[in-house]
Amino acid sequence: MYQYIAKRVLLTIPTLLGAAALVFLLMRLIPGDICLVRLGGGGGSFDPKALIACHAEIGVDKPTIVQFLDFMWGIVRFDFGTSMWSGKPVATEILARLPISLEIAILGTAVAIAIAIPLGTISALRQNTWLDVAVRIFAIGGIATPSFWLGIMSVLLVLDVSAAITGTPWMPPIDYVPIWKDPIRNLSMAILPAITVGYRYAAVSMRMTRSAMLEVMREDYVRTARAKGLVAKLIVNRHALKNALLPVVTLLGIEFAFLIGGLVVTEQVFNLNGVGRLFVQAVQNQDYTLTQALVMLTVAIFVFTNLLVDLLYGWLDPRIHFA
Amino acid sequence: MRSWILTAALLAGLPAHAETPKPGGTLTYMIAADGGPSLDGHKETTYAVLHATAPFYSTLIRVNPDNPSSTDDFVCDLCTEMPQPTDGGLIFRFKIRQGVKFHDGSRLTAHDVAASWRRIVFPPEGVSSAREAVYPMVDKIEDPDDTTVVFKLKYATLSFLPALADPWAFIYSKAVLDKDQHYYERNIMGSGPFKYAGYEIGQAIHGVRNPDYYHPGQPYLDGFNAIFAPKQQTRVDAIRGDRAALEFRGMSPTARDQLTKDLGDKISVQESDWNCGNVFTPNHKRKPFDDVRVRRALFMAVDQWGGAQALQKIAIVRTVGGLVFPGSPLAATKDELSRLPGFHPDIEKSRAEARRLLKEAGAEGLTVEMLNRNVDQPYIIVGTWLVDEFRKIGVTVTQNIVPTGPWLDKMRSGDFQLAMEANCQMVVNPIADVGRYLPHDIYKENFAYHDDAKQVEIYERMLHETDPTKARVLIREYEKQVIDVGAHQLPTLWFYRIVPMRSYVKGWKVSTSHYLNQNLANIWLDR
Repeated sequence: MYQYIAKRVLLTIPTLLGAAALVFLLMRLIPGDICLVRLGGGGGSFDPKALIACHAEIGVDKPTIVQFLDFMWGIVRFDFGTSMWSGKPVATEILARLPISLEIAILGTAVAIAIAIPLGTISALRQNTWLDVAVRIFAIGGIATPSFWLGIMSVLLVLDVSAAITGTPWMPPIDYVPIWKDPIRNLSMAILPAITVGYRYAAVSMRMTRSAMLEVMREDYVRTARAKGLVAKLIVNRHALKNALLPVVTLLGIEFAFLIGGLVVTEQVFNLNGVGRLFVQAVQNQDYTLTQALVMLTVAIFVFTNLLVDLLYGWLDPRIHFA
Repeated sequence: MRSWILTAALLAGLPAHAETPKPGGTLTYMIAADGGPSLDGHKETTYAVLHATAPFYSTLIRVNPDNPSSTDDFVCDLCTEMPQPTDGGLIFRFKIRQGVKFHDGSRLTAHDVAASWRRIVFPPEGVSSAREAVYPMVDKIEDPDDTTVVFKLKYATLSFLPALADPWAFIYSKAVLDKDQHYYERNIMGSGPFKYAGYEIGQAIHGVRNPDYYHPGQPYLDGFNAIFAPKQQTRVDAIRGDRAALEFRGMSPTARDQLTKDLGDKISVQESDWNCGNVFTPNHKRKPFDDVRVRRALFMAVDQWGGAQALQKIAIVRTVGGLVFPGSPLAATKDELSRLPGFHPDIEKSRAEARRLLKEAGAEGLTVEMLNRNVDQPYIIVGTWLVDEFRKIGVTVTQNIVPTGPWLDKMRSGDFQLAMEANCQMVVNPIADVGRYLPHDIYKENFAYHDDAKQVEIYERMLHETDPTKARVLIREYEKQVIDVGAHQLPTLWFYRIVPMRSYVKGWKVSTSHYLNQNLANIWLDR
């Protein structure tokens, strides 16, 4: 298995380099100039000499091929450069945002698992009953509701309900504090986005759990287990659910990877200073170095999450071997 | 009537020292942006940097913080008194306060002031100064002793003093600059009312009271937290939930109305005309806009007086004005404006003339594209209004709305027919501010791509004029040249600044620009 893991990790290197080269070229195809955005974005006057100085400072006055070679050489040395916008190392910029994105991703996934697996299972076991219909409506609601709307509504709901109860509107904090510094403040900020994200995420997973369970429950080995006289709870927990979880785990893995860098709207609605917001900001500002690093981070997260999911398959289904 | 009108009127009418400031407390405010680039005020232009860093720094002079809506009330910050120019207006000699300390405990002297100003006006190799071009009149900056700074000008001009009140002109330590000219891009160390207490990248910046501050009794606050919050809905919710007291840049009329409805007397609102005007620019290099009749026809289609009434309900615009900020003594009166195309009070007559001009130029049934920026307030709203105004003379305009980068790029490369722009300045400095209408050969960020020797000649005379009455006459001549004779660019509605805040925030007064009066020294909390 270790050989398998090593091989998969090594395979990520060309993937990352290819993604880096592609995003390097694509970013330069977008019309615009980071120095112009920086100096002229406010609609005010600026000195043309400042524009030239800005180009020289961030190195965009060099020929593209030289910039590309500098960039690739930096990657080889694990030096992703400095943000063209802030002048800070891109690693510093990303690490400042990663904890909040990671926390929301983990909490969102926990919420999703807590909702999706029990409800999906119940829905499958009670197929075509009122319970099944209710769960399916709940799931479709989650898929159909845009997360920005849900986010805005949840904040407004909290404000209105708190105003109605206490006479003073209350809302969660809008600045992030790490959980180890102030757990209550941290969780009060993170809980609404986690529920907002988790609901949508749960809705998709719930439907997947339901259909996988329905399929597994019709398998021969489940019928055999029933014929042996095993109690229903044991059949579901030990035999059916574990096997039904294979596609659900795949989905959870993909969604988790997406949550790290893809929570653009949720991060904006809840004023979370996360990786998704940084991504949009970097593209809008045409910050090439930061965008390149973020794309590579996203690719790496997807690759490693997929690897983790593959390893989980082996635990869930002992017939799967890694060679 | 709406309570905010009453509140604003009351605030405007209150004398500056009607209430005794209460010391203490921490102000939490928001900055409507995603963090700024570097921390160096000399280098940057976005207000996100200024709102985050101004409380840490001093300046030589400034717009009077107790009267910031005035366009010509400048007072000393680090100097001891405003100087009378000598040698025919060519020499300004400033005496610098003694006993001022930087936050690291070192003494601030005239050498620090001079070094900072030299960095702005004559930046050394490898240093970027965003506002270097604002000071073409400065010949030398001298610091003959510890308490004197002398500005020697190449020519006397009315534009010098307002330019000197630049809120970005932070005074840095000469000793620090001598060691590293880029130190202030990454660090904060000033002599302002607040000391730096921490920065969480892209999220928040914190300051604590500077006990050694040189303005007696100030600052009143123990400290501040400035939180970056780019979404307006988040900012509105945060004020409502009292997670933050205000956001200084300004909010839309709908946000103001929502907050006043929800919070009643717990919210107060300050409003002001904003030294930021919309500008409609036809590209003279593109047909048919090389024809002055077509450009003038488009200007004449616009009902600015009627538009102002409607748009102020939904957008951050309100006042009809010409090239100069409407609150300035050098601005055109309504009567003066009414003689220019785009400002005629009889809009039907004006549009009939516009149709005639288009017919004469062979440009009837014109279909064109207007470049605009993907910013709702007010670019897209004003752009959409203009599209409808042009339709009324038979011109079909579609908007090409793009992000800031491509918007600037297309204008700079001349790849557009019509464009919506803005002219946003800081301290009201009419002569310097209207310089942005100069032809592209002179001012590189003018995208009308026109030539006009007469306009340049008027500007030169205006720049060297020191009598305000004569300067006013020249500005009218310049305005007529830009809007009427050449029909180069049309200033449309001026921005309007609306700042709703928790009513416990006292002492702060709205100014003509979101760049001004941001050092927070005069703010106190009544709770």
